Amino acid sequence: MKVSLFLTCLADVVYPASVGKSTVEILERFGCEVDFPKKQTCCGQPAFNSGYHRETKDVAKHMINVFKDAEYVVSPSGSCTTMLHEYPHLFEDDPEWKQKAEELKNKSFELTQFLVDVLNVKDVNAKLNAKATYHTSCHMTRLLGVTEAPMTLLKNVEGLQFTELPHKEQCCGFGGTFSVKMVPISEQMVNEKVQHIEDTDSEVLIGADLGCLMNIGGRINRQGKPIKVMHIAEVLNSR
Amino acid sequence: MAIKTGDENFFTRVDKGINNEFMRKAVATAQGRIDGRRRDSISSLGDWEEWRNHAEEIRQHTLENLDFYLEQLAENVEKRGGKIFFAETAEEANEYIKNVVSSKNAKKIIKSKSMVTEEISMNQALESIGCDVVESDLGEWILQLDDHDPPSHIVVPALHKNREQIRETFEDKRGYKKTSNPEEMALFAREQLRKDFLEAEVGITGCNFAVAESGSISLVTNEGNARMATTIPKTQITVMGMERIVPTWEELDVLVSMLARSAVGQKLTSYVTGLTGPKDEGDVDGPEEFHLVVVDNGRSKILGTQFQSALQCIRCAACINVCPVYRHIGGHSYGSIYPGPIGAVLNPLLGDYDEWKELPYASTLCSACTDVCPVKIPLHNLLIEHRRMMVEQEGKAPFAEKLAMKGYAFAASSPSIYNMGTKTAPSVMGPYSNNGFITNGPGPVKLWTDIRDLPELSKGKDKFRTWFENRDKGGN
Ligand code: SF4
Repeated sequence: MKVSLFLTCLADVVYPASVGKSTVEILERFGCEVDFPKKQTCCGQPAFNSGYHRETKDVAKHMINVFKDAEYVVSPSGSCTTMLHEYPHLFEDDPEWKQKAEELKNKSFELTQFLVDVLNVKDVNAKLNAKATYHTSCHMTRLLGVTEAPMTLLKNVEGLQFTELPHKEQCCGFGGTFSVKMVPISEQMVNEKVQHIEDTDSEVLIGADLGCLMNIGGRINRQGKPIKVMHIAEVLNSR
Repeated sequence: MAIKTGDENFFTRVDKGINNEFMRKAVATAQGRIDGRRRDSISSLGDWEEWRNHAEEIRQHTLENLDFYLEQLAENVEKRGGKIFFAETAEEANEYIKNVVSSKNAKKIIKSKSMVTEEISMNQALESIGCDVVESDLGEWILQLDDHDPPSHIVVPALHKNREQIRETFEDKRGYKKTSNPEEMALFAREQLRKDFLEAEVGITGCNFAVAESGSISLVTNEGNARMATTIPKTQITVMGMERIVPTWEELDVLVSMLARSAVGQKLTSYVTGLTGPKDEGDVDGPEEFHLVVVDNGRSKILGTQFQSALQCIRCAACINVCPVYRHIGGHSYGSIYPGPIGAVLNPLLGDYDEWKELPYASTLCSACTDVCPVKIPLHNLLIEHRRMMVEQEGKAPFAEKLAMKGYAFAASSPSIYNMGTKTAPSVMGPYSNNGFITNGPGPVKLWTDIRDLPELSKGKDKFRTWFENRDKGGN
């Protein structure tokens, strides 16, 4: 099966290779042939959520072209996959692009969603000795509708002592530009999230969206808390 | 009270909210309790999603045929001996209400809970002609006693207050001597209000839904005060937002079931009252005169726009009860009698973007609100739509942001620029790095690093692109 990786700009620009590398290696372990279209950039969400829809359309058209020959597009992010799924709405009055956007939408998946729903994998043979909890990101669960897949996979990670995060459905306070436009509110939200994570007595916080992890992890770091933040791809690639 | 509750700047209000420990505790506790009950009560209904679809359909159908149903309502109200008045503005509504009250020489007015009368500042209008207007909903009465403290929630107006604060208000204003036990305080309020009920010459109520087919109005309460307000005074005035209408009793049944569950987590509230016109000959109680005031006040200009779904709202506050932003800043921070997600959507529509420019941004777009809304209003999408309107139609976006977004879009749609940017960014940020993290960034990054660290940007051999390329070449 041929899979094109949509890395996302955070995994590309901000974070080191690990998240993308783990994603590629897991997919290959399950027989996928992974390519990385080099011209890919960002899903356009910063502009879209800020109301710059003309600009978003330019970005969307570019991404649609980048992935036009892909069989499947898989991304280590629930939120960015949600944004790809949003593309058809951008082109309501442009049938030609709407059609192309639909095609991209139908072949785009978040990593755990792809593993569980498309490849039918429940156990990735990973191993990680740690006490951990998992942050369910809002866009991935509520908008993309992926709730069970990460749990299914994490349950089978050997050595992982898992505690469910209390109030897991609550937002961490990232919200893209919200995190810099509404700093005082964002601060309260992320504090509350870090408190809930601490309450689980976990050493590792796992998440499937680097935006949330950058926010929560940045706050944990600032507060000097001994909690490590890992992307779910890194956990599933630990052995 | 008007929609706007004060003139303070948004961020000043937010700071005050965040620093008000009492309020935050009260709000967090109430949110947890009410939303917990909501979840329990909807699970007993069966397929909640099907109920939501049905409710959405009812509301959409009604809005699409609003003219027809309002006309039918008017006809039936008049047929049953009532009077109906369509007010385009708050002023028109208040003029009409003042005239009715003056024509009765009434001085004492008893009110049951109504957001739309808050919206049009009806109390102030009546006070200006010398009337004594008494709120009979317990929460509203507390706020009224407390020097007209604004409501912070559309269902539980005094949500921001804890018991002790309420006890203090009772003591200061009415000489209450007992404890902060809720039953004791409720009993006290009941005794105090009893006299007002008996003396009132006019009763004024809100309206959860009017029923077009019979010209009736319905009221959903837990305290029974609406029944008192509609049986004792000789004259009844009911004020409703023009969209609060259902075609028949059948739809009313569906929406009331969903309202009670979504608002307070009950299968049914203690009282659901249906009233049709003034009392008939031979009836023991009920008003001799019935007036229905239908208020537009900016609603009709929302019809037919991309924001029409906002008018589907049945004011259950479920969106407010799950909103994390509301939890931390409280209702007063919104500066409006309509707080929370629905407030952030509605205020710029009833008012304008100059007045309410921050509210559409006071959301992470986490969509918890959209998820719980019983009538499926896509609240978070409407917030994005407001942002788009401000940027694209009104030119209200800050210049620096416009520039940044243009630059972003240019880079994100041209890979060579994007790649060049991602290669140079780490060296620009380099000087700010400290042990792998940026703790005090420059320019806009500073806003991020004010409260949290930013990972140092990946560069060279650490980057995914480098790894993937080398691997292609046989390295690893
Ligand atoms: S927007 Fe929906 S959830 Fe919020 S108050 Fe209105 S009906 Fe209830």
